[in-house]
Formats: sequence, structure tokens, C-alpha cells
Amino acid sequence: MNIPIDQVIALSAMLFVIGSVGALARRNVLVMLMSIELMLNAVNLALVGFNRVWAGVEGAARLDGQIFVVMIIAVAAAELAVGLGIVLALIRNRDSLNVDDASLLRW
Amino acid sequence: MLRWIVFAPLLTSLLSGAGLVLVRRPMARGLVVTLSCSSVLVSFVLSAIAFARLVGLPEPESPSGGSLILVDTLYTWVGVGVGSSAFSADLAFRFDALSAVMCFVVTGVGFLIHVYAVGYMRSDTREDGGLQRFFCYFNLFTASMLVLVLADNLLLMFLGWEGVGLCSYLLIGFWYSETQNAYAGSKAFIVNRIGDFGFLVGILLLFWSMAEAGTPAVSFRAIEANFGSIAAQVVTLPMWLGGGEMGLPTLIALCFFVGAIGKSAQLPLYVWLPDAMAGPTPVSALIHAATLVTAGVYMVVRMSFLYEAAPGALVVVAWTGGATAIFAGLLATAQNDVKKVLAYSTVSQLGYMFLAAGCGAYTVAIFHLVTHAFFKALLFMALGAVIIAAHHEQDMRRLGGLRKRLKATWWVTLIGVLAISGAPPLSGFFSKDEILAAVYFNQDLPGHAALFQMGLLTGGLTAFSMFRMLFVTFHGETRLPRARRVELHDPGDLMLWPMYILASLAVFGAVFGMPQFWGDRMQMLDSDSLGHFLATVVAVREPHEIDPIQVWQLVGLALAVSIAGFGAAYVLYLSRPRLADRLSPAFVWLRVALERKFWVDEVYDTLLVRPLVVFADRILYRGLDVGLVDRGLVEGSAKSVWVLAQRGLKHVQSGLVQAYLLVVVAGTLALLAYWIG
Repeated sequence: MNIPIDQVIALSAMLFVIGSVGALARRNVLVMLMSIELMLNAVNLALVGFNRVWAGVEGAARLDGQIFVVMIIAVAAAELAVGLGIVLALIRNRDSLNVDDASLLRW
Repeated sequence: MLRWIVFAPLLTSLLSGAGLVLVRRPMARGLVVTLSCSSVLVSFVLSAIAFARLVGLPEPESPSGGSLILVDTLYTWVGVGVGSSAFSADLAFRFDALSAVMCFVVTGVGFLIHVYAVGYMRSDTREDGGLQRFFCYFNLFTASMLVLVLADNLLLMFLGWEGVGLCSYLLIGFWYSETQNAYAGSKAFIVNRIGDFGFLVGILLLFWSMAEAGTPAVSFRAIEANFGSIAAQVVTLPMWLGGGEMGLPTLIALCFFVGAIGKSAQLPLYVWLPDAMAGPTPVSALIHAATLVTAGVYMVVRMSFLYEAAPGALVVVAWTGGATAIFAGLLATAQNDVKKVLAYSTVSQLGYMFLAAGCGAYTVAIFHLVTHAFFKALLFMALGAVIIAAHHEQDMRRLGGLRKRLKATWWVTLIGVLAISGAPPLSGFFSKDEILAAVYFNQDLPGHAALFQMGLLTGGLTAFSMFRMLFVTFHGETRLPRARRVELHDPGDLMLWPMYILASLAVFGAVFGMPQFWGDRMQMLDSDSLGHFLATVVAVREPHEIDPIQVWQLVGLALAVSIAGFGAAYVLYLSRPRLADRLSPAFVWLRVALERKFWVDEVYDTLLVRPLVVFADRILYRGLDVGLVDRGLVEGSAKSVWVLAQRGLKHVQSGLVQAYLLVVVAGTLALLAYWIG
């Protein structure tokens, strides 16, 4: 089955918009983290899609996009580890999951 | 090899200086002292070797060839431009007759003073490296002075010129813990700056006018060789200077002379030298009598070809010298601080030298420079011994009667006083007489008769003030407190031997340059060896027809005036002190005027220093610095940021993560919109 690249990009864009709206609009920290994860995976999808288009153009197989994806997954895992740590700290100190409660660093 | 004349004292100075800064622990006294004294001795020996080489050079073919010089070029110091606007100055040393004489004075007299200073500074027992610091400056001074006299071009000479000025500042304020001394150092530095400005303008003017004439040059050889290209040029003065026309050489020569006035303490910039006595006495002997202050005379003589082309400037030189000689001679008669007496008499003797130079008798000026270095350094050393013996009491009214206890010191002081007063056959007699003769026989100089009389009178004033100092300090009843009298004694050998050597030089120093007139009387052929030697590089005028009768009259007249000065001092301060007391009410105005030094310092203070201080304080400090820079730029910029933030910018930092995120997204969208659309 060969999915046309424009459909892949459309899906990726939709996922990205859903993710960004989630990150912007939801107050729950866990949901925000998940939304960010969604955005990252939207980008991953786009990269994988592009890689398919590019592969074999000049004969040799090219895996640049896929390597990017692996990198992003690794970085996202690390980022999530830190993020969840912060969430834990937030729950311990504020007893809440609401980001607006963590606004001490202001004027 | 010439470079090592300069480098020897320079390296020891750097060594002890680096030791002070890096190790932060004073070196052993013996090491400091040995290094610094021996380095000057090395310079002296090297100068002697260079002198032997110079004399051994073959005679030039043509009399104006002027090839009788040794040159040691290290490297091209400054080199820019090409063609007719090229500017190139080498770091090069030049050894010729004039440099040789100056080198011998600087290193020879300088070495004796170094040795003397070892004894003198022994009383300075501070453990903060005071001795090391002193000899660091002292050697640096010697090196700078050697750069000055050995420089091959004007630029390098200016470097040495500034170097000696700096060392003068450092050494005058050596005992800086007393504000007065630090102030005196600053005064010397600032007053010299006025002169240096003139010197620098002169150098630039000379360079540019020669470059415009197609022969750019800064080295003395090149300037002298190509000087003809600008000798006849005329400049129009700006309106505020009268708008007249002036020969270009005259203008350049006047600029140079401004520098000489500052360095050699002539009217009206002499005010720093008396205050410079705040430094230790060896400093006064080395810098403010024997070497630094003669730099101006040296420079005028070095540029004698320029001054010969500028008769107008020579008149100014002669009159400044004559006026300074008599003015400072007057002031010297009323000072009570022994060092101040010597300081004013130094100013006066420097005036003599400029008088000689102004009459075109450049070799005579150098002759007097040399003899003066001998007897004035001797006098400073002798009075330094008195000051040490009397525990830094310098007011002669509180000394007196020291002859019995300080026998050796008394003898050398007497020799110095006789020499400076022009008693025959001591060295001062010949050199001073020759200056007076040069003035007397120079009929072309405007007002030469008046200048001659001024010179003559100065001789009498010098004799008076010097014998007054001798009588009040060494004769009569001692006025020291009883406890101090017991300790009075001659200084140690380290201080005595340099004095003995200088005393014999003060007596016999004239044999180097005995005027031909006296040489003929003593059946000496070619006795004026100094003059002939210098004539290879210094402009010399055709000698006038001299009538021996006139010369004898002149000698008699000068002697009579000196004896009159001696007699007046003898009567007033030794045989009939009561007479002085009775006379003083009649001359109280004169005494007050002299003691207050004609209020020159006060006038300068009112006219120049105070307005400048007020200007600096009100306009520059409070107006510009505090008002504009501090309040306006520094505090103002900080404050405006603060107000801006307080009024609105701070609300940007809300602490809400999603607000920041919104900004990021909006920014990204805006960028996308910009790139796509």
C-alpha cells in the first residue's frame, strides 16, 4: 500500500495542531505533556513520510529522516523523564496538577 | 656597543623594579647597591671606550663633512609611508663630540652621586624596599638621560626627554608619605608638560615643513644635511599673534626653546625646580643640578645649526637666560633653606648657559655645563652631608657653627662656593668668564651691553648668596639644640670620597676647556680642547678680534663684582651681624619681596592654577563627570530601564507557562507567514 505524501503531511499537520491546542489550552500538566508528545510525534510522522519520498532518488538508500526520528524519540524520552519529575515536585508542593498554580517565578 | 651604555643602567633598573613587583620582598641591600652603582660604572667605561674610538676615527675630507660620529642602529622603530611623505625613525644611538661630553658628565658625575647616595640613603631604614625603589628610579633616570644625549633622532630624544621627566617626578616625590613632597613631584611634572608640548610642536613643525620641502627627516644627520630646504621659508603668523611674518627656522627654534625652558627651569617655568628640593639630596645633586636640568641646554646646543639660522630665536634665548640668571640670583640671596639657595643658584647658572648659547657661544655653554655639574653636584653633596649630620634640619638659621665638627664637609663646601663664585683659578672662573666675554664681544646681539651687565651682576649675587650660605651654616655660633651637637660628625667614606673627587674636579675641571686666551698666557698650545672637540658637531662662529686689554678689564671687572658680593656677605653675616639687623628695617620691603619670591608662585596660583582647578572642579568634575557621565549616562540608563520595566515591561513575565508558550507559537506563526507569504 502506497500512501501519497500529501496525506501523510495532512495527518501530521492535524496531529500537530491538536497537540499545540492541547498544550496551550489545557491546564492539566500531564495533559500538556501528552500534547507535547503528540506534537513531537506529528513531526516524526512528517519526517518518516519525507524519508520515503527521498529514498532511492539517487540510487542509494537514504535514512536521514528515520535517523532523525530515532533521535527525537530518544530526546523526547529524556525530556519526559525530566518533565515527570517536575510534575511530581509540583504535586508534592502544590498538591495540584494545574500549571497556573506554578507561577511563582514572576514579577 | 653604544646600546650597552644605555642598557646597562636600564637593565639593572628593570631588574630591581621587577624584583619589587614580582617577588614583593626587598633584595639584599648589598646586591641592590652593587648592581646599580656598577651598572653606571660600566656605562662610564663604555663611554670612555666609545670616546677612544671616536677620537681614532679618520678626519673627514671636507671640514663640513661631519662624519666624526659613531652610530649604533638597533632597528627601525617607526617606519610608515613611501616617497616624499615617508616617515622613518630608527632606534639608533649616535656618539659624537657633544654626546661624548654629556655621557661623561652623566655617567661620571652620576656614578659619584650613586656612590654618595648609597651612604646617604643608609639613614632610610624602612624595610619596604625603599632603597631598592630608590635605586630602581635612579638607574632608570640615568638610562633615560643617556637615551636623551645619545639619541640619533628627535623622536628618540623626546623619549629620553619624557623619561627623565618621569623619573624626576618619581624621585622628587620619593618620600611620598608627606603630601607636600608628592605635590612637589606633581608640580614638576605638570610644569614640564607645558615645555614638552612646545618641544613636541617643534618636532612636528620641523618634520612637516621638511616633508613639504621634499626632504622628510627626523634624524639629526638628515635634518642638518637637508636643512637648507627650509632655511629661507617664511610663515605668516595668525592674527592673534600679531599677524606678522616670521622665518620658519625662528618659529621652530622658539618651539624647541619652550621645551628647553621647561626642562631647564628658565623664566617663566622655573617654579618647579625650587620645589623639587623635596626629594632626597642625591636626587637634587644628580637630577636638579648635574644632569636633567641641563637637557634644555644640551638640546639647544644639539640644534645649534637651527638656531644659527634663526637669529630672532637666539635673541629670545639670550634674554631669557640673562633675565633668569639675575632673577634667580636675586632670589637665592634671601632663601633660608640651604637646598633652596642651591636650587635658585642652579636656575641662575642655567640662565648663564642659555645666555652663552644665545650669544652663539654654544661650546662655552657646554663648558659651563660641565664645570657647573662638578661644583653644583659637589655643593649639593656637601649640604646633604650637613643635612644628614643635623638630622634633616635644612634651615640655615637653625644650623651655624658646623665648621669645627664637620671639617671635611666645610672644606669641600668652601671649594664649591669658591668655584661657583668664580674665584681664580677654579673651574667656575674660566667658564663664567668666557660666558661674560662671549656676551661682551657679541656686538650683533640687541642689548648686549645690558645683558653683559646683568651677567656681571649675577656673578656678584651668586658670590653673595653662596658665601652667605657658607657663613650662616658653618660659621658663627651653632644654633642647634644641645642634644644634637654631640652627634655632629662628618659623613662616612662612601659620602666623603665622591665629594673629594668632585672637589678636585671643581678645582681643576677647567683644564678640559681652558679658554685659548688663558692657554696663551700659560704657553699651552691648543688649550681649548673642549671647544675644538665640540666644534666637529656644534656650530661655531668666527672668533672676534679680541683685544687682550679688554679681556683683562673684563676679568678684573668680574672679579671685582664677585669680591664685592663676597665682601657684602662677609660683613653682613660674619663680621658684623648687628649691621644686618640695623639695616634690615630699611630694606624690609626688599627682604619680604625676596623671601616671598616676588609672589610668582602666588600669581601663578591666582592666574592659572586656581582658575584651572575651579574649571576642572565645577565644569569638568561636577558638570561633565558627575552630571553628564555619572548621573546622565550611568545612573540615567539604569534608571530609565527601571522605569520602563516598572511601568509595563514587567507584566510580560507573568509566571504562566502557557502565556509564554502562546508567544512562542505566535512567533512561529508570524515567521511562517513571513516566509510563505
